Amino acid sequence: MIDLHGFGHLLLAGTWVTVKLALVSLSLGLVFGLLGAAAKLSNYKVLRAMATTYTTLIRGIPELLIVFAIYFGGSALVMAVASMFGYDEYIEVNPFMAGVAALSIAFGAYATEVFRMAILSIPQGQWESAQALGMTRGKTFFRIILPQVWRVALPGLGNLFQVLLKDTALVSVVGLQDIIRHATTAISSTKEPFTFYLAAACIYLILTAIATAGTLWMERACTPQLRYKG
Amino acid sequence: MNWDIIIQYYPKLLEGALLTLELVVISGVIGVMMAVPIALLRASKTPWVRIFPFCFIYFFRGTPLLIQIFLIYYGASQFEAVRDSVLWVVLKEPYWCAIIAFTLNTAAYSAELFRGAIQAIPHGELEAADAFGMSWLLKTRRIVIPRAFGIALPAYGNEVVLMLKSSALASTITLLDLTGMARTIQARTYTPVELFTAAGLIYLLMAAVVIGLFRYMESRFNRYQYYKPNVDQMGVDKQ
Repeated sequence: MIDLHGFGHLLLAGTWVTVKLALVSLSLGLVFGLLGAAAKLSNYKVLRAMATTYTTLIRGIPELLIVFAIYFGGSALVMAVASMFGYDEYIEVNPFMAGVAALSIAFGAYATEVFRMAILSIPQGQWESAQALGMTRGKTFFRIILPQVWRVALPGLGNLFQVLLKDTALVSVVGLQDIIRHATTAISSTKEPFTFYLAAACIYLILTAIATAGTLWMERACTPQLRYKG
Repeated sequence: MNWDIIIQYYPKLLEGALLTLELVVISGVIGVMMAVPIALLRASKTPWVRIFPFCFIYFFRGTPLLIQIFLIYYGASQFEAVRDSVLWVVLKEPYWCAIIAFTLNTAAYSAELFRGAIQAIPHGELEAADAFGMSWLLKTRRIVIPRAFGIALPAYGNEVVLMLKSSALASTITLLDLTGMARTIQARTYTPVELFTAAGLIYLLMAAVVIGLFRYMESRFNRYQYYKPNVDQMGVDKQ
């Protein structure tokens, strides 16, 4: 077994930070994705153009650059806004917030496409029959379309979550105390980079394996025909 | 906002973009060459042959690229044997470490794509090749690889864009690629918004070029999918 020289608990603490970051970004990113998909499918040209700009921009720019832009640029932006209100002290964006912002924006851009495809895959007739029953568009969306979209979108979202989980590593570059950061701390005193980065890699492997299992379980849970043994 | 900064440092940013391109092209080419045999092994019908490629792909797809880079760049120095060997000439350079990490990473991802493509080749075509008495090698060379290439092309285009984006991680091991350059300059000038916007635009431009290139390649290579018989000339419709 790998000898961690008593730094194991540090790695575990980092794992908790990574998991928190991933889950918070996931929930925010899902909201961004749904909003983006709704905008892309809306009847208003302005909304469609905005959503298209969002997805094209974000999908062409490295996540690391987004993290940097939000971490370094974010405090400049927040300070500029604050100085308009007469507050001139230095404000720092903390790495966790910058990480959540960057990762959920990136996740949202890809999720927009997944949700859009899933919404389009629901037959038009379902909208029409809901309308025939007198449902409003909003009600139709939440009661009829969304539950089915979820099922179609799950495999795609599962893949995106894997990407998100691995992208959390990027936030360590701006100082978030995650797995990699703690591994680096341990390395500076033990001088064993290979051991600790390998241990960190193993933790990520376990996390991604759990995420895969979770996705499969959810897919099974929302696809009754998979469980049917007739 | 001080946009003069961008004009002033534009040549520097382009220099960084050039390094980014260099990293992507070199590791992309070697990565594909590695991915094809790995994919062939991974699609093999013999279980023990599949184990090595499976572990390779599983490790490189399941861990962050950042850790892979750190493992190679910092990790290699832990071992006395590595530091004393010839390998050290390569492994002490961040440039080569980045290329090794990107190559292995993209090889794993594209091997998985190619495996999917190999398994998506219609069975009848492989049976037809067998019926002609083609050997495994001939069948692989003439039927499997060209067919899988056409099927995998659109997905591989996405992979190249993703690789272009992840090449930004080279900046974490002191390389001055586009991201590294933007970060270094902004540390000097304190103009993060302007510089990261400029760098982002250059990335977007490069991504657009890659996407366009793959669209063109696909329209050339998968011509048969867009083929429509000219009904008028055949005189079928005119009676």
